[in-house]
Amino acid sequence: MRYDAVFRNPGNAEQVIRQMADRLTGRDPVRLMEICGTHTMAIARTGLRSLLPERVKLLSGPGCPVCVTPAGVMDEILELSSRPGIRIASYGDLLRVPGSTPGDCLLRRKAMGALTEAVYSPMDAIALAELNPEEEVVFLGVGFETTAPGTAACIREAARKGLRNFSVLCLLKQTEPALRALIEAPDFHVDGFLCPGHVAAITGAEAFRFLLEEYGLPAVISGFEAGDLLYSVSELIRMVSEGRPELKNEYIRLVKPRGNELAKKGAEMVFEPCCSLWRGIGELPEGGLAIRREYEAWDAAHKFGLSLRAGRELPGCCCGEVIRGGKNPWECPLFGKRCTPSDPVGPCMVSGEGACAAAWRYRLWENGD
Amino acid sequence: MQAENAKKEIITLDYGSGGEKTSRLIESMILPAFDNPALRVLGDGAVLKGGERLVFSADSFVVTPWRFPGGDIGKLCVCGTVNDVCMAGGRPEYLSLSFIIEEGFPAEDLETIISSIAREAQKAGVSIVTGDTKVVERGKGDGIYINTAGIGIQRAEIPGRSAICRGDAVILSGSAGCHGAAVMMARAGLLGDDVLRSDCRSLEELSRAVLENGTVRIMRDPTRGGVATTLNEFTEGMPFSIELTEEWIPVEPAVEAACELLGLDPLYCACEGRLLAVVAQEDADAVVEALRALEGGEGAARIGTVTEIHPGKVFLKTRLGGIRFLPKLSGQQLPRIC
Repeated sequence: MRYDAVFRNPGNAEQVIRQMADRLTGRDPVRLMEICGTHTMAIARTGLRSLLPERVKLLSGPGCPVCVTPAGVMDEILELSSRPGIRIASYGDLLRVPGSTPGDCLLRRKAMGALTEAVYSPMDAIALAELNPEEEVVFLGVGFETTAPGTAACIREAARKGLRNFSVLCLLKQTEPALRALIEAPDFHVDGFLCPGHVAAITGAEAFRFLLEEYGLPAVISGFEAGDLLYSVSELIRMVSEGRPELKNEYIRLVKPRGNELAKKGAEMVFEPCCSLWRGIGELPEGGLAIRREYEAWDAAHKFGLSLRAGRELPGCCCGEVIRGGKNPWECPLFGKRCTPSDPVGPCMVSGEGACAAAWRYRLWENGD
Repeated sequence: MQAENAKKEIITLDYGSGGEKTSRLIESMILPAFDNPALRVLGDGAVLKGGERLVFSADSFVVTPWRFPGGDIGKLCVCGTVNDVCMAGGRPEYLSLSFIIEEGFPAEDLETIISSIAREAQKAGVSIVTGDTKVVERGKGDGIYINTAGIGIQRAEIPGRSAICRGDAVILSGSAGCHGAAVMMARAGLLGDDVLRSDCRSLEELSRAVLENGTVRIMRDPTRGGVATTLNEFTEGMPFSIELTEEWIPVEPAVEAACELLGLDPLYCACEGRLLAVVAQEDADAVVEALRALEGGEGAARIGTVTEIHPGKVFLKTRLGGIRFLPKLSGQQLPRIC
């Protein structure tokens, strides 16, 4: 039996949900936000939303690293992909993301002759560079704290090998600045946070203590199985209904208080905080990570003179508001009409983890949210 | 290494030219593997004994890598077409076999593929009666492409989705997504042969068992797009829906683990040796029992029911007790980031 089998099949869902409903009788609806694309998909996949009491609203925040990458950055990536001698190595998600021009994406450029490959790990990109010495391999380093250590390791490996035909376009983001910007916004109205289990595995549970101590917000670090989600949501409801916020680590089988020190150190060796543009939130002073000067030779932005500018948002596209939790995906005028998974306008619909893709796949508007 | 490779025989453009080398290929590799009266004539076309009503199907195979745990493109190209003929209610009899080979493809690999084809054809009881070989320049073909077309004699009239009605049972002959997951893992270079194998096999026996034990509305093998996409082909535009129960769907632990690792969904991964059948409710148990008694059908299960709650849609009752919709796959499945 798998070690986490009990989390897949908790067996007491009805009871827990009834308890939740009881706690909320006579209260205003409770708004809980998750900030992790994998949580967005896991919630949809387990059918949790269809079971939660009406008074519990689950919002999807800026947890999808692809969705918060500005259109202008995608434009530069697309332009780079079509330069002769360049081979782009990317995680699968990014292949269908359009930039400012609908329909133009890496998959399409590939069909037109650009060298693009989907990889599972940045190390695969290094292998590509070694196999194709006459090409310039560029790895698209998208992600949050979860992928930073792996991306750092690959840059250090490239340096160790003295690989001259390999570089990384660093598009990594940091979670805390975005959370702070969200909370400090005038229209912020969230009662508690479901915190990302994989990010916390690296940063440590304590990295989220600021939510409690500086903002008095309940926060539960949650795993991704049905049982994890159910328990974490019920704990948040309990904290809200009792008026007693806490920081709780539900994902103890993977997340330690201080996280993974080795991984954090590895990332710090290669990256430093930098100003970064987040779609839907704006420019955040320490919202991203940049490659340190000593690893400049493997920094694709430096190597190819990329400015990583914002670009034009497509008219009607509400990705920004959806990411912030201000709008439900189905409230965007383009949702399901001009913007569908096979023909997306914004990244939220394209990315496997985007709020709009999840809403589309799981028909969330039918659950009366 | 280079010198060694230079000595190994490879397929060159000459082999596809129709001249002496082509004859040699046919005589030394193809004829001995598939020998039968119709093929021996080596005419431009095969003259065959037919039946009142024929079932005819064609398919092309471009899988990369050409060899994967549990099979190869040879096994696949026979099973793929044989299965389509079976799903349409035919008893498969004859196959055509056409190769498009990229210059430089090792002759040894071609021999392996031809052996697989011969072996699988024998198992399925079909004869290879006609075919073609072309060779294209290096860079113009991904190693080898194969097309097979199959003729079968109709053995049952299967009404199709218009006959599906509320209460009907949805049956899957074994665990979902094995082929797709095995190929993806092979491509990613992540696992050895013994952990995860393609489910590729002929459905001739299994489909016969279904037809003999129940009133069948429709049968299909869930290849590209997997179980979920194929079920959507049944429900699209129709007044009924299909409700699956997550707990009832067989998924091998290795497939589940591989899909989790790769960010894929077993319900959307291809199967190449499974059938989906919608049968009358009262026949469900008998059909499942009949399948379980056969090789390749041990994991058969009833996975869902036809309802009228969400016309045109396929949805899943999750383990948690919630609802999840299963739309058609909109393109290739792309693995997720983190």
